[in-house]
Order: sequence, then C-alpha cells, then structure tokens
Amino acid sequence: MNLLKSVLVLITFSVFVSCSKKEDVVVSNELDGLTLVTTLTNDTHKIGLYTASGKFQTGYNEVYVQIKNAQGTVESNASVKWTPLMHMMGMEHSCPASTVSYKTNGIYKGYIVFQMAGSEEEYWDLTVNYTIGNTAYTVTDTIAVSAAAKRVVETFLGSDNNRYVLALVNPAKPAVAVNDISAVLYKMESMTSFVVADDYTIKIDPRMTGMGNHTSPNNVNLTQGTDGLYYGKLSLTMTGYWKINLQLQNASQTILKGEAVTDTNEGSSIYFELEF
Amino acid sequence: MLRLTIAFLLFAVSVYSQDTIRTDLLKEVEIIHKRSLSDKTDKPLATLDKYLEKSNMVNMVRKGAYAWEPYLNGMASERSVVTIDGMRIYAACTDKMDPVTSYVDITNLAKVNVHSGQSGVGASIAGSIDLVRKKGAFGERKLSGMAFTGYETNSAQKVVGGALSFSKPRLFTDIDFTYRHAGNYKAGGGEEVLYSQYTKYNVSANVGYKVNEHSQVEASVIYDRAVNVGYPALTMDVGLARGVIASLAYIRHGWETKVYYNTIRHVMDDTKRPVVAIRMDMPGWSKTAGFYSSLKGSAGRHMWKGNVSGHYNKSLAEMTMYSNTAGEKDMFMLTWPGVLTYYGDVFGEDNYAITDRWRTTVSAGLGVQNNVVDDVQGLESLRIFYPEMERSKVRVLKRLSAAVNYAGDRWQYTVGVGYGERPPGVSEGYGYYLFNSFDRYDYIGNPEMKNEQSVSMNGAVGYRVGRFSGKVSGSYFHLMDYIIGRPRAGLSVMTIGAVGVKVYEQLGYADVINLGVEEDWQIGEYVTWTNRMSYRRGSGKGVKNLPLIQPFTYSSGVGFLRKSFSADVVVNGAVKQARYNEEFGEEGVAGYAVMNVSAGYKFVWGRNGLMLKAGVENVMDRRYRTFADWNKVPRMGRNVFMNLVWSF
Repeated sequence: MNLLKSVLVLITFSVFVSCSKKEDVVVSNELDGLTLVTTLTNDTHKIGLYTASGKFQTGYNEVYVQIKNAQGTVESNASVKWTPLMHMMGMEHSCPASTVSYKTNGIYKGYIVFQMAGSEEEYWDLTVNYTIGNTAYTVTDTIAVSAAAKRVVETFLGSDNNRYVLALVNPAKPAVAVNDISAVLYKMESMTSFVVADDYTIKIDPRMTGMGNHTSPNNVNLTQGTDGLYYGKLSLTMTGYWKINLQLQNASQTILKGEAVTDTNEGSSIYFELEF
Repeated sequence: MLRLTIAFLLFAVSVYSQDTIRTDLLKEVEIIHKRSLSDKTDKPLATLDKYLEKSNMVNMVRKGAYAWEPYLNGMASERSVVTIDGMRIYAACTDKMDPVTSYVDITNLAKVNVHSGQSGVGASIAGSIDLVRKKGAFGERKLSGMAFTGYETNSAQKVVGGALSFSKPRLFTDIDFTYRHAGNYKAGGGEEVLYSQYTKYNVSANVGYKVNEHSQVEASVIYDRAVNVGYPALTMDVGLARGVIASLAYIRHGWETKVYYNTIRHVMDDTKRPVVAIRMDMPGWSKTAGFYSSLKGSAGRHMWKGNVSGHYNKSLAEMTMYSNTAGEKDMFMLTWPGVLTYYGDVFGEDNYAITDRWRTTVSAGLGVQNNVVDDVQGLESLRIFYPEMERSKVRVLKRLSAAVNYAGDRWQYTVGVGYGERPPGVSEGYGYYLFNSFDRYDYIGNPEMKNEQSVSMNGAVGYRVGRFSGKVSGSYFHLMDYIIGRPRAGLSVMTIGAVGVKVYEQLGYADVINLGVEEDWQIGEYVTWTNRMSYRRGSGKGVKNLPLIQPFTYSSGVGFLRKSFSADVVVNGAVKQARYNEEFGEEGVAGYAVMNVSAGYKFVWGRNGLMLKAGVENVMDRRYRTFADWNKVPRMGRNVFMNLVWSF
C-alpha cells in the first residue's frame, strides 16, 4: 500500500514537473537561442532587442523585439517600425531594414543590414516608432554595431550608377555539403531610402584562397524568391576559409559589379567570406 | 635467383594437390621456405614484395622501397582479392601506400597461392592471392627455433629476427619476430633516393590445440608496425602503418571455420619533407570482421568444395590541411567517408574426373555487397558531386568458371573460361579528392557505377621430359564497364599543384592479355638453367594503352647446387616500354638488364645448422627503372647482401 502510494505520488509529481517544464519551454521559446543586445527605454516601455549573437554586426542581422510596459507586461498588439541611422562626421545615412512583423508571444521580428560598424565618432542609432491602441510612442538610442569577423556585406556602385547593398543571410552554419545560400539585395534610392532590388542574379564563385583558389562544383547562382530574398546553392568541399566571389547581374544579363575569377584574376572586387 | 624462389609450376604443391586433386596449371604457388637448411632461395630474408615480384602472374607497383602494390594479371589491386589465410583485409591508405601484403612479413608465411580467375574468396576479376601462414604441427614434444640476421650495403638495411616453435601431441605454438630497418637506398650510379627509408616490426604467433581425434582449434595473431616509411615517389611519407590481424579457427577434417578481425591504422606524414605546398595530416582506419566456413569432400569421381563467407569493413580516412595563412582555420575533409561494406558470399566447386587423365572443374559463386556511407559529412561531401546519391547501395556479384585439364606423363593442358564481377573499390566508389602523384590528378569516386564485369579465357600447356620442363600459359580478360579515372573538365583541383580532376568512370570495355613462358633445364648433375618470359597488353575503348602494363620482361638464371654449396647468376631485364598511357602520366621506359649473383653455404653440427648466403644485386650498378616504378623513381643500384640463419 505504501509502495503504491509513493509510486502514485511520484507519478503525479513527475507529471506536474514535466507539465510545468513544458510551459516554461513555451514561454521562453521565442527567445530561445537569442541574446539580448540592448534595451531601449522611454518613459513607458522597455524595448528589448535580441539577436542570435547578442550583438549587432555589419551585415544582415535578424532582430527580435520585445516591448514591455512599466508593469513588465509584454505588449503583443503593437505595430512597430524602426529606423536605423548612421551619424557620420559630415552626413547621416540609413541602411536597409525590413518591416517589423509580429511573430508570436509578444515577439516582433525583422532584419537590419548594417553596411558599416559604428565607432566613437561615427555611430548608429535606432529609432523605434510603435503604436499600441491609438497611442503612438517613440524611442531612440544609440546602438553599438561591431564589424563582423568576416566580410558578409558589400556596398558598391554598379555600372548602372545605382548604389547597391548586398548582404549574406545564409548559410549561418556552413557545412561541407551543398549549402542553401541566401542574400538580400537593396538598391539605395537616397541616403535614407533603400528598396529591395528585384530581378537580378547574384553570381557566386566560391574559392579557397589558401588552396590555390580551389573552387567547388555544382553551385547555383542566386535568384530572387517570392519573399524578395535571393536564393542559390553553395557547395563547400571542405572546412576552412572560403571566399565567395560575387558578380551582380541585372535582368538584361549585364554585369553591374564584380569580375569573373580566371587564371589571371584571382578574385572579384565584391565577395563574401565564410570560415568554419 | 628466380630458379629456386619460385616453385616451378609443374612441380608445385598447390592447395588442390594437397586435396589430392591434381595440380592446377593456372595457379602459381610461391613456396616461402622456412629460413632453415632446406632453404634454396638466394636471399632468404628478402621482403615479401621481392618474392611476389618473381611470380610471372604478379607485378609489384613500387612507390619506394616498401609496401609495393601487387598487380595480378596486369590489373590493379582493386581487381584481385588479397587474403591472409583466407581473411579479408582492407588497406587503410587512400593512396595505396599499404597494400594488404605490407602487413605481413616473409617470416610469417609458408607460401603464397596466386590464383588466376575466379575462386572461393569472393568477387574479383583478376584472381586472388592468398598469403598462407606458416604454422606448427602436432607431434612429439619438441622445441625448435631459429635466429637470423641480414645486412644490405646499399640502404644499410638490417634484418634481425627469430622464431620459436613448440609442439606436443595435442598442442603446437609458434612465435616469430622480425625487425627490418633500412636507410635511403642509392640508385645505380650512386644517387641517393631520398625518403626511401623504412622501419618495420612484425610479431606473429599461432597456437593450435587438438580437441580430439577429429577436430582442432587454432588461434593466430599478427602485429605489424611500420614506422618512418619513406615514399620517394609520393609527396608524403608514412609515420605509422599498423596492422593487428587475429583469427580463431575450428577445423574438423575437411571442414574449416574461421572467425577473424583485423584493424589497420595508417598515418601519413609530411614532416620530413622540407618543402610542401601545404602541411597536412592524412590518417586512415580500416577495420574488418569476418568469417568463412569451407567444406571439402568427394563422392565417386567428384571432388567438391563449398565455401560460405562474410565480412564487414569500415574504411575511414581524413585529411586536415593547415593553412599557410596564419589564423585561418584548418581545412578538413573526409577522403573516405566512413564507408561500411557488408559482404556475404557462397561458393561451390566441383571437380569431376572424366578419365584418369582428364578432369573438369566447374565453379560458381554469388556475393551480395552492401555499401553504406556512415559519416554524414562524408555523405554530404559526395552529394556535392552526386546530389541524388543514396546512402546505401546493394550489389549482387556473380561468378562462374569452367575448366578442362589434361594431365599426362609428359604433357599437361588446361583451358578454362570464367565470368566475374566486382564492385568498385572504396576509393573508386567513395574517394574524395584523392591525389595521384603519378598523373597529378585529384580523383573523385563515383558511387553510381555499375559492377565491372569480366569474361576471361585462360589456358596453359606444360611439358616435362627428362631434364627439361616448360610451361606456356596465357590469359585473356575482356572487361566490361571497366573502371578508370578520366579527366573531368570544369572541376577545380583541390591539391595544390594538381593538374586536373579525374572522376571514376566506366569504359565500355577493356582487354588485358597475359602471356608467360617458363622453362627449366637440368644440365649435368649440379647445374640448372631457368628462363622466364612474360608479356602483357592492355587496352580499352578509347584508351589505346591501359596504364602500368608490363612490357616484354625476361629473366634467365644459372644455378649451381652441390651438397652444402649453392650459387646463382641471374639476369633480369625488359625491353623498352613503348605502350604507355600518357593520360596517366606515363612515359616510355628504356629497356634494361641487370645481373645478380649469389652464393650460399650451410654448416651443420648436431641439431644445429647455420646457413650463410651472400650476393650482389645489380652487379653492374645500372641506373634503371621499370614500368612499375611510380613517378619514375629509379631502382636500387649495386647492393651487397648477407643473410645468416641459425636454426636448432
């Protein structure tokens, strides 16, 4: 009898534990694997900004936003906009940034492509404008943007006299395999306006500069998907340092930027780097 | 030299004759004499490679002084099955620096059965080579042993070893040990061939126990360890090649069942090379577990045998390259992606006596092989080339053969036909950027290839009368879906300095022809004159000449034997190789002839014997190379050797 009792207790307890555990998982799920980068604070809210790496870096940053009010309650009915701005010595400019969409559980998501790192004199700030109910709020603060260890974003002037920003999105975890590669391509309309550039082809030529400029077979150039991003296939035959030479080609097959890798030309003027 | 090292075929004691079936003309048996007074070889402590090289059916492709690759009937080692006492072993080096034959020492062996065409050991095209270990016998209580040492001037090679055997009516044990150490050798003319040194340790032991009148159990183990092995023909050497080979057998009359396991570790090493494009580590592992059970019997005019066998292997090899740019991460790849092989086989053979002199032999075998790519990264690597590649592949491998023999007093004939299939080898199927230093191509395996098939015909005529005996033998192999690496445009080399990438493909067909002539004259009471000639020809669809095919090669030797004294003079040579494969990096090879002389004497006192053999190889110090010398590395120049064997 005693035994049965204790077994019952044990079962109940374990069910309870596993249930509560599960709930925990659900609650934290949205921010699982993410690290807080910074919190923007105004009189009413604390706005937490999260990324996988816990920092903002040059290139493509997937950013998760959580808005908490003074009571610490998560606001899940806000409409959010953001504007990153670079304050340089003689000028200001923005960078490509997506719209911010609501995910689940009070988490908003979008991405920002920083073309350059910030410093003491030249710094980035981020303005977040959000509306809850009919009330509009705003918050602005400086953010630290560090330089990524590898080159993952290119800003360049194409031969069509347009300025482009091209940033690597994936593979975030490259493997010795055929990797899915994706990138975002923006056209710079003004210092503060960047629009997704449609119908281009991003040609890739991955090379190992440390191995006599070895390249891999069966790569597929990036073309635009329905979501506006560019997708292709990237073969990496071994681990190590890879230079992904790039060429930007428009719909009429004109190369706007970048050079083909040949016996006499070791690399393109625009490229991404991967090391794993 | 060759006179005595090779048991002349017509006198050869083959497995069949032990089974009281008459000698098979298409089988060569290399008797490796115990290093005892009965030894008739000119150089008892020669390496196994040198022994095998004397066979008319075998060529040894050489990348240095050590671990030569046996080519049976002019075909690379993937086309034959090399076993040690029937055990399957897979080499662990992606660059064929460790053929199975490199994991034994001559001291371990009693004989080598070289069999052309299909046999019980498994799917093959060219045939099989079984390295038969020497082992003790039950008998009176007795302890015997020997100790030996040798020295060779050219490479300062030292050989030291010994053996002990103990027998009782129901027990026998043997143990032997050999140590070889050689420095760089010098080619004819005196040029030192750098990175041709090696050191090898080999220990082997056997134990047999007679359970009862009908049955016995035997256990055996070989531990072989080669270190600091130079490969002058390659860009890397070997730091360690280690094999542990163990087995347990149960024998009951004509029924033998064995389980075995072996593990090979092979570590390449470039630290001795002052200049390399990039530093790298290239370790490889191969583990094999298997069994066989064979049964022999007779009924009326039939003598039959059946064999069931199976084995499992895992071959894994890695390459890590250390970037020349400081701070860059290491470059890592799997050159053998953890290839699992599961193989099962059944084989049957029937030998039927039509008359006293005429017999027919019919055999059939069926193997099933499953290859699985075990490592996920390895699989994903190969899928870069073969996006649709399946992880697992099953192959069915069939083989058939039929032969007719005539054995008269003077004449012997045999004529046979065979059909065989083989799967691609590990490198051919799954290799990943394997650099071949001969043609300087990186090779990519092809897992989607079909089995290679072969239809073969072979025949031999032997004649023996009085003081003369001779044999003419030939074989013709017509291979279909012949596996060969071909240049693939558009692929980028991985190895710095490589000229291109080859991918294994299949030629519609290829043909290989082998011809051999051997004759032996007894002149007077003490002198024997022996001649051997052989020729091969290989070509394929769109390939005029297959690579590494032996041109007309000959040897002629006169031996003198009287009581305790023996002496030999032998000339080995070849005509120039005019048929070579440029795509494989071959160039013509000039003809050559080299002379070897040796003499021996044995002393006996009581139960003790002391044998002294000495000789000079390449007496004229000719600088030469043969078709089988990888990357044109010249052969050894003048070499004076001395072997001393004390037995008790």
